[in-house]
Amino acid sequence: MHKGLKLDNISKIYQDDNGETIAIKNFDYTFEKGTFTSIVGPSGCGKSTLLSIIAGLEKPSTGQIYIDDVEVTNISNSIGYMLQKDYLLEWRTIYKNITFGLEIKKALDEKAQEYIYSLLKKYDLYEFKDRYPSQLSGGMRQRVALIRTLAINPDILLLDEAFSALDYQTRLSVTEDVYSIIKNEGKTTIMVTHDIPESISMSDKVIVLSNRPAIIKNVHNITFDIKNRTPLQCRENEKFSKYFDNIWKELNTND
Amino acid sequence: MINELSIDRKKYLLSKKREKLLIFACQILSLFLLIVAWEILANIGIIDSFITSQPSRIWETLLNAPNNDLLYHLWVTCYETIIGFLLGTTIGTIIACILWWSDFVCKVADPYLVILNSLPKVALGPVIIVWVGAGAPAIITMALAISLVVTVLEMLNGFKNTDPNIIKMAKTFNASKWQIFFKIVLPSNISTLINALKVNIGLSLVGVISGEFLVSKAGLGYLIVYGGQVFKLDLVMTSVLVLGVVAALMYQAVLLLEKLILRFIMHKS
Repeated sequence: MHKGLKLDNISKIYQDDNGETIAIKNFDYTFEKGTFTSIVGPSGCGKSTLLSIIAGLEKPSTGQIYIDDVEVTNISNSIGYMLQKDYLLEWRTIYKNITFGLEIKKALDEKAQEYIYSLLKKYDLYEFKDRYPSQLSGGMRQRVALIRTLAINPDILLLDEAFSALDYQTRLSVTEDVYSIIKNEGKTTIMVTHDIPESISMSDKVIVLSNRPAIIKNVHNITFDIKNRTPLQCRENEKFSKYFDNIWKELNTND
Repeated sequence: MINELSIDRKKYLLSKKREKLLIFACQILSLFLLIVAWEILANIGIIDSFITSQPSRIWETLLNAPNNDLLYHLWVTCYETIIGFLLGTTIGTIIACILWWSDFVCKVADPYLVILNSLPKVALGPVIIVWVGAGAPAIITMALAISLVVTVLEMLNGFKNTDPNIIKMAKTFNASKWQIFFKIVLPSNISTLINALKVNIGLSLVGVISGEFLVSKAGLGYLIVYGGQVFKLDLVMTSVLVLGVVAALMYQAVLLLEKLILRFIMHKS
């Protein structure tokens, strides 16, 4: 048995009045269990489409997706998805926002509640559980959104430009928080981003995609020889700029 | 002395307060002058109080309310308006739900909505009377006809403009269309609903009064038409005045409702 998320020959073709658009072509890749993988590529190359397909929000035109060798055809319970902004519901308390996913899935039992309480306590949000989103800072809101995703206890986490709506300062600190939470909980993570430094600082692997239709140009293994690395430590490491240059050049060559 | 306000700040606050006071004083004064001028001009015969009525006679008519059934007519208009308003808002919202639910139905219904929206609903008056019969039901139907299409269009527009990313967020949890509607789309559109309420309370009143003009034996609209026909301008003027006050009060009631909803449901201060 192969642990992880396997994409087998995924293609996506869109039909509209102007004709056909091939967004993704023959995408083959296996995301190993427990790794943090970033996908970078030119804007509009189809990387968000890829994430939507993995999440089950869109059906691929061809190909199959397997989680731990089991084919998935619908929105899977073992996948959590985080969007560009927190999209908290302003009329719900923090606690009710976090239980939203479980409420939808009708899975809010005592065990789940206990798990949520433990997450809230662990990540310093417990005392805010009865507040409303408008009373929280941008960084805290993003953490709430992450815990909302973690509350359904997914094995695989998808981050779709998850920090792009934050200002730079908040972004750096939220990145630290989110990274440590993800590593703590031992999730397999796939992040789509256009921010190369962000991808290097968080990932074990960076996949560089070509222009539309998206095919894999290269996969970079990111290693820093730091035990329990954090994104900030990685940014300060001397290998960081080397990785950056390589990925930057690759993104800017058209072949 | 941390709480001591600076001199400039005090000056600013004082000038703001003064301006507010001045505006209020001018509003009261102009009203007072209008009433006094009207009264005096009528008394010395420059304007004919038979045609224009005059403040003292309006006041008398008001005081005489127990005998001329003014309160009864006021009550009839109010209850017809409120029922028309509630029906228009509720049915309109339900129709908007159905149109949001099915894109296909919405596209089919589009030309009908356009025509119904542009049609002056008063033109339906005679048809409504024939169908529903003269009396309160016809008047309520009139109020409904005027507020319904506007509600449908406004609510539908709100529903369709719900942030697609919030809907996407719910979809990642495998939410059904039913759940998306009740947990995302409807609560997202509370402010749209409040706006619809604000518009509808005025429209319902228009519907009720024009209905009462056409057919009725009670209500402020009836009183106005009746007073005009028998040249009782005192009664007409008094009714119009009362109607103005009622309309303003109803609108204020909706504003109060808005405040309560925003505070206790949407948690905005």
